[in-house]
Amino acid sequence: MNVDIHGAPILFEIPILGGIPISETLVVTWGVMLVLTLGCIWLTHGLKVRDISRRQAVAEFLVTTAENFVRTNMGEAWLRYVPFVSAIFALSICSSLSSLLGLWAPTADVSTTLAWAVVVFVIITYTKIRSNGIGGYLKGFCDPIFLMAPFNVLGEIFTPISMAFRHFGNIVSGTVITALVYAALLAANHALFSLIPGAVGQLLGAIPFLSVGVPAVLSLYFDWFSSFMQAFIFCMLTMMFISSAAE
Amino acid sequence: MLEKALVLMGCAIGSGLALIAGVGPGIGEGYAAGKAVEAVARQPESEGKVRSTLLLGVALSETTGIYGFVTGLLLIFVAPRLFLGML
Repeated sequence: MNVDIHGAPILFEIPILGGIPISETLVVTWGVMLVLTLGCIWLTHGLKVRDISRRQAVAEFLVTTAENFVRTNMGEAWLRYVPFVSAIFALSICSSLSSLLGLWAPTADVSTTLAWAVVVFVIITYTKIRSNGIGGYLKGFCDPIFLMAPFNVLGEIFTPISMAFRHFGNIVSGTVITALVYAALLAANHALFSLIPGAVGQLLGAIPFLSVGVPAVLSLYFDWFSSFMQAFIFCMLTMMFISSAAE
Repeated sequence: MLEKALVLMGCAIGSGLALIAGVGPGIGEGYAAGKAVEAVARQPESEGKVRSTLLLGVALSETTGIYGFVTGLLLIFVAPRLFLGML
């Protein structure tokens, strides 16, 4: 029974600066961004005030949902973060769901999620400095007493790390478990049909009957539910951290 | 040879130990789900809100288990090559 679990495959190298490896993560991420951009352009071209088309109704529904999502979690004063939150949400969902097409999900690579988390961290720090001033921001590290400063700094650094690893770990655990289940089903299939003696058993043992159908149930949880859940949680945490940074 | 075997053994045992981290979230999530059932039984009309809060809390408390899982993965796929390269 051989199990093949690997990181993002490297497709090609750009031959400058000693070769920059381009992994499948990068390619799929650019593909997802292209699809999202073209989708947005298609949804929003030729908008009208009256007699709206079905396409415009979908676009309006998406925008209203995103606005309500931010409004209930952050409040009326934070509506300028609607584009940011919905962009991360769409990017996260489409990246995770790209595994359904047999591509390497970019969110199963820690660099992707860490990059998003670093962006969120920059916004959190910016919000903190803007609402308290740089002195208030630095004073916040010595919160109860100045002895707590190292722990506060650690806590600040671990915010993006925990966000990144939560998203990465959930998606990659699905990938690993799916790979293990496929290998186990193949082995079980071989063991089961080899019980039939002769050439018939060998022939049937070579055809992976058990690999049909059973992994679909897992895919329902790991691909669909987990993708939506992690995108939702990442955006939820983003909004909570940003709005609590202003206090 | 013995050193290599020792390194691999250490990595395997360590990744097994790292997955003990799964116990904590299991207990915690079960407790949270039980409390959610209580809340819904007391106020059935608040079911939607309880469900979304529960899912968020469960996914948050799952983080510690995920940390253990990531550590286990690192110990299996990254650490042996790293440590064997040091020898």
